[in-house]
Amino acid sequence: MESFVSLNDVSLSYGGEQGLLAVSGLSMSVRKGEFAAVVGPSGCGKSTLMKLTTGLVRPQKGQIAVDGKRVFGPISIVGMAFQNPSLLPWRTTLDNIMLPLEIVEPHRQRLGRHRDEYVAKAESVLELVGLKGFGAKFPWQLSGGMQQRSNLCRALIHDPALLMLDEPFGALDAFTREELWGVIRDLHAAKGFTVILVTHDLREAVYLADRVFVMSARPGRVIQERTIDFARPRPIDLIYKAEFNEIVHELREKIAEARADAVAYEPAPS
Amino acid sequence: MSWGGKTEKLIAPLGFTILLLLLWEVVCRAFSIPQMILPTATETFAALWTFRAVIFDNALVTLWTTVVGFGLAIVVGVALGIGIGWHRAIYSAVYPILVAFNSIPKVAVVPVLILWFGLGAMPAILTAFLISFFPIIVNVATGLATVEPELEDVLRALGAKKMQIMRKVGIPRSLPHFFGSLKVAITLAFVGAVVAETAGASKGLGKLMLDAQAAFQVPVVFACLIVLSVLGILLYAVTALVERRYTGWAFRSQQNL
Ligand SMILES: Nc1ncnc2c1ncn2[C@@H]1O[C@H](COP(=O)(O)OP(=O)(O)O)[C@@H](O)[C@H]1O
Ligand SMILES: [Mg+2]
Repeated sequence: MESFVSLNDVSLSYGGEQGLLAVSGLSMSVRKGEFAAVVGPSGCGKSTLMKLTTGLVRPQKGQIAVDGKRVFGPISIVGMAFQNPSLLPWRTTLDNIMLPLEIVEPHRQRLGRHRDEYVAKAESVLELVGLKGFGAKFPWQLSGGMQQRSNLCRALIHDPALLMLDEPFGALDAFTREELWGVIRDLHAAKGFTVILVTHDLREAVYLADRVFVMSARPGRVIQERTIDFARPRPIDLIYKAEFNEIVHELREKIAEARADAVAYEPAPS
Repeated sequence: MSWGGKTEKLIAPLGFTILLLLLWEVVCRAFSIPQMILPTATETFAALWTFRAVIFDNALVTLWTTVVGFGLAIVVGVALGIGIGWHRAIYSAVYPILVAFNSIPKVAVVPVLILWFGLGAMPAILTAFLISFFPIIVNVATGLATVEPELEDVLRALGAKKMQIMRKVGIPRSLPHFFGSLKVAITLAFVGAVVAETAGASKGLGKLMLDAQAAFQVPVVFACLIVLSVLGILLYAVTALVERRYTGWAFRSQQNL
């Protein structure tokens, strides 16, 4: 099957050619509808991979394509969510998640005259993530988990074909995180969009993804791909199964190697 | 508001003020402090009543110069603040210089302003402006420049232009900073105007105090001080009210954090 997202031998250094090399020789490809997870040591260029794929930064070398088109700038078929929910405190939850509609065409044009239709849509997205009836609340009236659910809604409101998640559950407690794994698992099953999830939680990667990409230490590139073929829908107690933990251990070892290489390259700052 | 809240917010400060006035009266009489040093409260209020017309006239001038200087400060402060806050790099480059410039005592330039513009209202207006526009620039720029980078990425990835990000996020976000700075700025503008009048002006409360002092009319000097403090409180209260009115969400979100 043809790839939906592809990065081909991509290099990027911040601050021009002489600057800090963040990723180098990075290649990966993700199929349409696939759930991909990216793991790697911190600072290895995972967030940079996100920015490259969404056209926020341009690579110095290599090609990036999404949905068959080369990426040269921002692409609006993408929805993004980060660890920090960054909801606007002066807007209600509903108005927060409708923010992308005020920017992306054709919604921007239509929003004025078809507001009811869009409000209904926003409310249905809220319901999908278990926040039915919370639209009128302000973000500060929501718990951390609920704020992160709203953040997901904001990323999904314009029906993006590609969802990019950068450590979205990093700041949440273990129980809330598992709840949200369920939410994102069901959303992916229901809507069939392509997901790229960056995470430092290997269990999260193995539980959610069809394929896990392991990155090397900076300058980052993909050093291993691991297909995860547990049947879907995956029950949450999968994470206590022996087969599951075997894969987690295998990935952990790979990352430990990547980190050890990094330490061998640059002495730790004193 | 509950009765307890009312006592705390209104009756308590009022009662304390009356107590202080009484104390002032008693101390002056008990130690027979000469009028030339400190007139009694009654003498001061008598002077306030006797010279009400001239005090009112000059108070209006001070108020006017303060407000004009403050208005200028808002226009210039907002314009420069937006310019500096537009990009995080400009902000990082300019911010230290702003802070350094802000620490120069602006009062020192009053004689220069008088030299340039003579003894009219101009030096007072300009002093009020100079002294009060820094907090506005700094706060507007900070509000704009500290938009969460993640949110900016989310919106930029959707194709948002810088102008859209400013309109939807930056400007609303900097409003509490802006209104907060107005409270500081109005107080500074008022101080600036009065200081400039004291240094040399044709009208205004500062000038009136100077004249009264020269004529040994000490109760009038104190009467002017009282009017100054009342005006100061009024100006502050108006801006604080405007702040509450327009940025209620910032207060509410603080309470609920
Ligand atoms: N805007 C930037 N300017 C300069 N260096 C950056 C910038 N963003 C990230 N970096 C550097 O690039 C490297 C990779 O960063 P990042 O992609 O954020 O890593 P990760 O998300 O894997 O932790 C890090 O060393 C980081 O310090
Ligand atoms: Mg990161």
